[in-house]
Amino acid sequence: MMNGYTCVVCVKQVPDTKKVTGQAMKADGTINRAALPAVFNPEDRNALEAALSVKERYGGKVIAIAMGLPAAKAVLREALACGADEAVLVTDRKAAGSDTLATSYILSQAVRKFNPDLVFCGRQAIDGDTAQTGPQIGEKLDCAVVTYLEKLELEGDVAIATRDIGTGVETCRAKLPALFTVTEKFGELRPYEMRRVMKYKNAEPTVLDCAAIGCEDGRCGFAGSPTSVNKIESVVLAGGEFKEVPPTDEGIGGLVSELIKDHTIG
Amino acid sequence: MKNTKGEVWVFAEQEEGKLSDVPFELLGKARELAGRLGVKVGAVLMGDGVEPLAKPLFEAGADVVHMIDDPALSVFRNKAYRHAMVELVKEANPQIVIFGATHMGRDLAPSVASALRCGLTADCTDLQIGDHLDKRGACEGEEPKLVKDVLLQIRPAFGGNIIATIVNPYNWPQMATVREGVMKPLPREEGRIGELVRHSAHLDGVEIPVEVVEIVRRASSVNLKGSRIIVCGGAGVGSKENFKLLHDLAAALGGAVGGSRAAVDLGYCEHERQIGQTGVTVRPALMISCGVSGAVQHLAGMKDSAKIIAINTDKDAPIFKVAHYGIVGDLNVVIPKLIKAIKSKGE
Repeated sequence: MMNGYTCVVCVKQVPDTKKVTGQAMKADGTINRAALPAVFNPEDRNALEAALSVKERYGGKVIAIAMGLPAAKAVLREALACGADEAVLVTDRKAAGSDTLATSYILSQAVRKFNPDLVFCGRQAIDGDTAQTGPQIGEKLDCAVVTYLEKLELEGDVAIATRDIGTGVETCRAKLPALFTVTEKFGELRPYEMRRVMKYKNAEPTVLDCAAIGCEDGRCGFAGSPTSVNKIESVVLAGGEFKEVPPTDEGIGGLVSELIKDHTIG
Repeated sequence: MKNTKGEVWVFAEQEEGKLSDVPFELLGKARELAGRLGVKVGAVLMGDGVEPLAKPLFEAGADVVHMIDDPALSVFRNKAYRHAMVELVKEANPQIVIFGATHMGRDLAPSVASALRCGLTADCTDLQIGDHLDKRGACEGEEPKLVKDVLLQIRPAFGGNIIATIVNPYNWPQMATVREGVMKPLPREEGRIGELVRHSAHLDGVEIPVEVVEIVRRASSVNLKGSRIIVCGGAGVGSKENFKLLHDLAAALGGAVGGSRAAVDLGYCEHERQIGQTGVTVRPALMISCGVSGAVQHLAGMKDSAKIIAINTDKDAPIFKVAHYGIVGDLNVVIPKLIKAIKSKGE
């Protein structure tokens, strides 16, 4: 690759699901996203690091793409501050209500525009935990799909990737273009460059709508989403009966005797 | 295409000629769903030289084993498996396809769903057959439509704060992934046989852009599923150092140590110890839960433990709602007392 590699990284702004409180729930049991702090999806940070490390070692450029509301520009500015060269926001009312199938379609259309050698996605986002969008973008681009990336080397148009396969670690050779989903094991995102933080503080990412990336309306948003919500229940646990054990020597000694007596412990 | 007579399928994941536990668990659920629908249970077996694996699948509840035996499928590669599976679905037209939410399943299932343009629900904690009232056209003044006998795909969502039931009423097959350990396998029925159907991988002329160079298997050092006793810590443990207390307690009981997602995220314990919807589901004889608040996603992975002891400083923590014994107190005080009592046999 004479002029280095073109890398696209898909990033998502997500509500910080660890901070869900009563105020964040609407009466109908749905989430009031506005009541939650918005953050850079954790594993997308690892994906950005993978893209930046390719640029650093082999040359090229990094384009960060986000899909979402205009507020998602915040994560794109963060990506620019960390070293991304370009930032693109895909935002459109037509995209509202997209499930993973429609989301991956819209993102794949945006990714295509840049004709990348490598595409990086975080393995999953903390608001849905589905891990579906990455492989689904890869299927639509019909490129090599390498999930759970831990390490990456490049030799011409071949990626030598190390990936976690759950029961072990696999090394594979993937012909570019390729899409990778990245986990925390790849390594943390490098810190911002102060100079870049100032420079991109008010940067305006390129904004594209579904038409600009050639999406068919019927494949976006609700229309393009085969899944529907049948029912949402807020979680109210039925109060169970439990035996309260005082945190004293006697209380705990009694509990242990009881467990020994009924053969729970030996 | 919507085929209401279609089979209920389970993807029978195998590596190196060995089936994992997941297909057996999924077959248990598939039998229940297929019974309700009056259709057959199919298991999809892909690999190279995998014919001997058909027998255990029949004995675990499969009526039909759809086998694709091809050297190109000797190890999992997204493109090869995806292509073969997509062709198979088009050929045999099942109504439901269930995958294990393993590394392989979470790679393959979304790719297949994408190619077939059908829905997929990840990490379900339950699957049922029921009706769906489709109100999508309501704002255009359309009457709600009742869609009968669809797959209700139930999963906690949004950090465990809600339980969502997802359906895919029209673009079939209906697809879902289910975590390891969530469904119960049926007792093995020795000698039970079914129909073995061989299919082609349809890979002639298909370029597979990935070549697997090496796989280094690691023996899992943590065996939560196989442990009778588990000591599980949450964010309330407070530090990685404090987590050592849990290891001490587990050692005194001959048990294993697990953690909630919060504990894993905070770096108190390794990811492979995570118990809950996105981790391992366990049903030990005894679960000692320490400083775990009890998010639904966590409870989904441990509430069926035979006995649960919860230790927490917050008496209103949801973990107490599933506990059999509750100790409201500081785990730094309670655990040493527990260890002492265990070592002296409660005396």
